[in-house]
Amino acid sequence: MTEIHTHAPDDHESAYDGLLVNDAHWAFGTDFEDPLAGVDTTVPDGVDAPALATYCLMLGDDALVLSQRLSEWCSRAPDLEEDIALANISLDLLGQARLLLARAAAADPSVVPALPEGSPVPAEDALAFFREADGFRNVRLVEVPNGDFAETVARLLLFSTWRLALFERLARSRDAVLAAVAAKGVKELSYHRDFAARWFVTLAGGTEESRRRLLAAVDGLMPLWPELFATHDVEREVAGATVGVDPAEVAGEADAVLDQVLAIARVQRPERPALAGIRGRTGRDGLHTEALSRLLAEMQVVARAHPRGRW
Amino acid sequence: MAAVATRARAVAETVTDPELPMLTLADLGVLREVSVDEDGGVEVAITPTYSGCPAMATMRDDLVHRLQDAGFDDVRVRVALHPAWTTDWISERGRAALAEAGISAPGTAPVRSGPVPLTLGPVRRDVTCPRCGSTEVDLTSEFGSTACKALYRCRACLEPFDHVKEI
Repeated sequence: MTEIHTHAPDDHESAYDGLLVNDAHWAFGTDFEDPLAGVDTTVPDGVDAPALATYCLMLGDDALVLSQRLSEWCSRAPDLEEDIALANISLDLLGQARLLLARAAAADPSVVPALPEGSPVPAEDALAFFREADGFRNVRLVEVPNGDFAETVARLLLFSTWRLALFERLARSRDAVLAAVAAKGVKELSYHRDFAARWFVTLAGGTEESRRRLLAAVDGLMPLWPELFATHDVEREVAGATVGVDPAEVAGEADAVLDQVLAIARVQRPERPALAGIRGRTGRDGLHTEALSRLLAEMQVVARAHPRGRW
Repeated sequence: MAAVATRARAVAETVTDPELPMLTLADLGVLREVSVDEDGGVEVAITPTYSGCPAMATMRDDLVHRLQDAGFDDVRVRVALHPAWTTDWISERGRAALAEAGISAPGTAPVRSGPVPLTLGPVRRDVTCPRCGSTEVDLTSEFGSTACKALYRCRACLEPFDHVKEI
């Protein structure tokens, strides 16, 4: 819990002193020191705290990495409206990531990378900026490069269809923080999915070129779809403790929504084998494609150069 | 103590939203609770409008400084994540202030039971142009200058305007 102790106005020697109360902010983070300030982060009975923390990292990393990918469109989208839309969606996901990473740190502080003494970096930022690629637990769908606008739309459709189905169930989690994050996330993911689905149908029925690009995007991304529904041991454990959701449970619902969009767009679902892992390990185990290292190199470079930065 | 709490609440209710300065946090429904403990410490609960709301820190600082200026020495601001913010919490006064500033106020937020349905067509809303009152309006984009707004254009007066989305 963040304690904000203030002083009576008389104590101030100048008008600026008031601005400096509790104001030792890390240079690269937003300055609400704890996004869960005052929220009860007690781990519910019967839940393994490290498992809960890892689960929060999984869902938080999915959002963080896709948020970073979507932000790459900023100032480069086909038109201003889509530029703003992608930035809005990216911001929603960043917010979800922040809460989930903070929840992971609160459940099990040992997941947070050690930083130099006196570093002002808050826990969720330490998790975002100071973990190596193999510490990230995101599914590989979110890390592959944006490609063209059709690939970005197709990826967002797959991701938001799956995550919305997952969050609708997660809103009933016994963990009050996860339940609250999910209930709020449902509202956001609903319009993310609608946005992606509308563009998917538009591109499919647009020009020969837009349809060609969309079909290529679907072809390239479908191998990453099965990983979303493959249950990891951690997911099985938290689902058993009714704080998490087994992703296999939402496969039917997510497939039905996807098929609905594909049917309206008159796009055949391609038969593609799932992207293999290595010895059964995939994104949830910290095994990623090369694209994640490149993404993290860009995302983390400034923070890592100044771990003690303050402003 | 009740009188102190009432006074603290009255002070907190004067703080405005950093992105919609015509609205107070109370009118926006972001200010959830103001309480005072036996030592005179004030605890204020605020809730984010959207998960990624970048204005939370500014709201917190504004609340602390306003209460401090009113003589409350010990102020804590906590985050209330549950229940999730809804546009239904925007007060009548808040809606009037939005309209006055040329922003169309939200209608009733959707109430859902069961899976969220896919909406492929344009979102249907009863929106009135806040400038000329015409109902002949077109949706330009579901995403506007801030996360909470959609962009419309009036066919009668041809002016673009923001509409606060129902969530």
